[in-house]
Amino acid sequence: MHLHKFEKLWLLSGVGALALFLVILGFGAFYLGTHPQSHGITIDPANIEAEEAFQPENLGLTKVDDDKYIVNVVATAFNYDLGVDEDGNAVKNIKIPKGSTVLFQVVTPDVVHGFNIAGTNVNMMVEPGFISSMEVEMKQSGEFTLLCNEYCGVGHHMMFATVEVYE
Amino acid sequence: MAIPKLDVFENNSRLPLPIEKKEANLYMSFIYVAFISLFIGGLMGLLQVLVRSGSFTLPWGIGYYQILTLHGVVLALVLTTFFILGFQYALMGKTVGMSAKQRKVSWLAFWVMTIGTAMTAATILVGKASVLYTFYAPLKAHPAFYIGLALVVVGSWIAGFVNWRQLYVWKKDHPGEKSPLLAFMVTINMIMWFIASIGVAVAVLVQFIPWSLGYAETINVLVSRTLFWYFGHPLVYFWLLPAYMAWYAIIPKIIGGKIFSDSLARLSFVLFLFFSIPVGFHHQLTEPGIDPTWKFIQVVLTFMVVIPSLMTAFSMFATFEITGRKKGFGGLFGWLKHLPWKDVRFLAPFIGMLAFIPGGAGGIINASHQMNAVVHNTIWVTGHFHLTVATTVILTFFGITYWLVPHLTGRTLTKEVNRLGIIQTFVWTIGMTIMSGAMHIQGLLGAPRRSAYSDYGGSEQAVEWGAYQMAQAIGGTILFIGITLMVYIFIKLTFFSPKGEEEFPIAEEEENAPATPMWLENWKLWVAITVALILFAYTIPFVDIIQNSPPGSPPFDWPIGNS
Repeated sequence: MHLHKFEKLWLLSGVGALALFLVILGFGAFYLGTHPQSHGITIDPANIEAEEAFQPENLGLTKVDDDKYIVNVVATAFNYDLGVDEDGNAVKNIKIPKGSTVLFQVVTPDVVHGFNIAGTNVNMMVEPGFISSMEVEMKQSGEFTLLCNEYCGVGHHMMFATVEVYE
Repeated sequence: MAIPKLDVFENNSRLPLPIEKKEANLYMSFIYVAFISLFIGGLMGLLQVLVRSGSFTLPWGIGYYQILTLHGVVLALVLTTFFILGFQYALMGKTVGMSAKQRKVSWLAFWVMTIGTAMTAATILVGKASVLYTFYAPLKAHPAFYIGLALVVVGSWIAGFVNWRQLYVWKKDHPGEKSPLLAFMVTINMIMWFIASIGVAVAVLVQFIPWSLGYAETINVLVSRTLFWYFGHPLVYFWLLPAYMAWYAIIPKIIGGKIFSDSLARLSFVLFLFFSIPVGFHHQLTEPGIDPTWKFIQVVLTFMVVIPSLMTAFSMFATFEITGRKKGFGGLFGWLKHLPWKDVRFLAPFIGMLAFIPGGAGGIINASHQMNAVVHNTIWVTGHFHLTVATTVILTFFGITYWLVPHLTGRTLTKEVNRLGIIQTFVWTIGMTIMSGAMHIQGLLGAPRRSAYSDYGGSEQAVEWGAYQMAQAIGGTILFIGITLMVYIFIKLTFFSPKGEEEFPIAEEEENAPATPMWLENWKLWVAITVALILFAYTIPFVDIIQNSPPGSPPFDWPIGNS
């Protein structure tokens, strides 16, 4: 089979660029640890409270150390359960100081949901049977919308909360 | 090693074969369903962009997600599959011929698919299947939705079996000859489709139907998603390869040139067969239950399609340049001028090719492992596939329609319709640039896809997104005008254009072209490599998924408004 000289050049430079690109992705993923979230930790969707983190009193924002937080969330159609405040009202807004490290842990007892803090890299699928989790450093300040970005039913677009990152 | 080259078409009375009236009716039936789907699906798209602009509410209790489901199913599954099968049948009929028996079996394929489509569409229309075209478990639709989808897939298999039989019979009659290029391409595409759709068929038949009927209490969600995406990515190549058939083997004839390289065209199709299927994890990158190393391996395999894509791009522009230079247009870019810009059979697919440059680049971003988190499930993705399938593929299909429909109905493409077609192409380009552009930008700002209008409690971000949603409404409205115009053109070409003979353009090889090597026809080897790559990419992670399965999920129908 005949390959034109220019075509060889074209394919070689294309494949070369591709190889470099894949090496960069692989370096990021395996050396710097930027893999997309995948922990494979299972949970019984009918009994999420068997896991301590998802018992009602542990939901929402918890400070574990200086600049270290955990956010436990139960996603249901069509709500994010972020726990309750002192008056017993559902929390719909969490405030995190800028620069802190936050571990998000999310489960669902019903259908598939998304968990996206819009405009940030916090973007996970939440599937029945698995704990989705991701640790991030909140580097940008501002008010972000936490929203469901995987279709979960008729009220899908009403499923949101806010995350405030303050200076 | 090399087999005797088939005589060029003009010296060979066998090719291209005439299409009989009875055959033409079969091919046209597929194309009718495709254009009805285009109109219905397009209307749903218009309603969606209007709802998302925030200034329109659907009447009569119609749900946003109901029309979104209809839009996805009718355009992504029905329009594409019916048009592709009709077009591919015409290519096979023209290059290797169709027997009366094959035609009868093909009608069976048509009716199985059409009944399936009607079942699925009716279930969506009565509001019992607002699960979107990906039908992610454990959302549960009415069983008729899944049964209808299964029939569409099974019907398309019958069509594939007929296509393979057509080539087999031809090869027996022509020992030692290479198969006609277009028949080779159709066969590759149907092999890919068959291997890929086994995944969705297993999910639907083994998991969804028993579960939705109540025979199985729970469903394994991750297994169902993995089977779906094993099918879902080759699905997009099943759309794209027929467009490539037109680019490689039809466009050169339209511009008055020859095929750049018969063997490279075949090789690129073989590479697409290898690398379209073992890559589904790149749609599941942000999922919690799949090992990240295997995700990365499938990302690498995904990117292998860059190679045949670059080959295709080179072939296209080489054909354009060689043809131009032969016609005596010199200079670095002088040959560009000779291209038949005023011939819609060329212009529409050409714009499609251009759209594939940003479309392909966006696809590289989407599949980039960790980078996917930036865009996953944002409306950027919607913008991406409206460039690839809804511009590259569909404009090429429109470009095919302008000659295929009059060829089959015994009419001609008139100057007037050609002019309308050029206007249609521009309307589409403008509408899509606005809509897809706005979707890409809004997606980078974090806005979700597959969501009805919401102000997210009056958040600042949602206010920022509003302007882009308004732009999408404008672009989408322009696109709907384009669809209406295209349906008008289709009706005109089918029923009203003057009687005559429209050319079925099939490009030839250069007379001194090097012979196509025999090994390119080694079907068993190609299928074996394809299966080996699939087994490599999926066996270990799939066993892992099953061994580490959580308890299954019962059906949920109340979230979609049924209970």
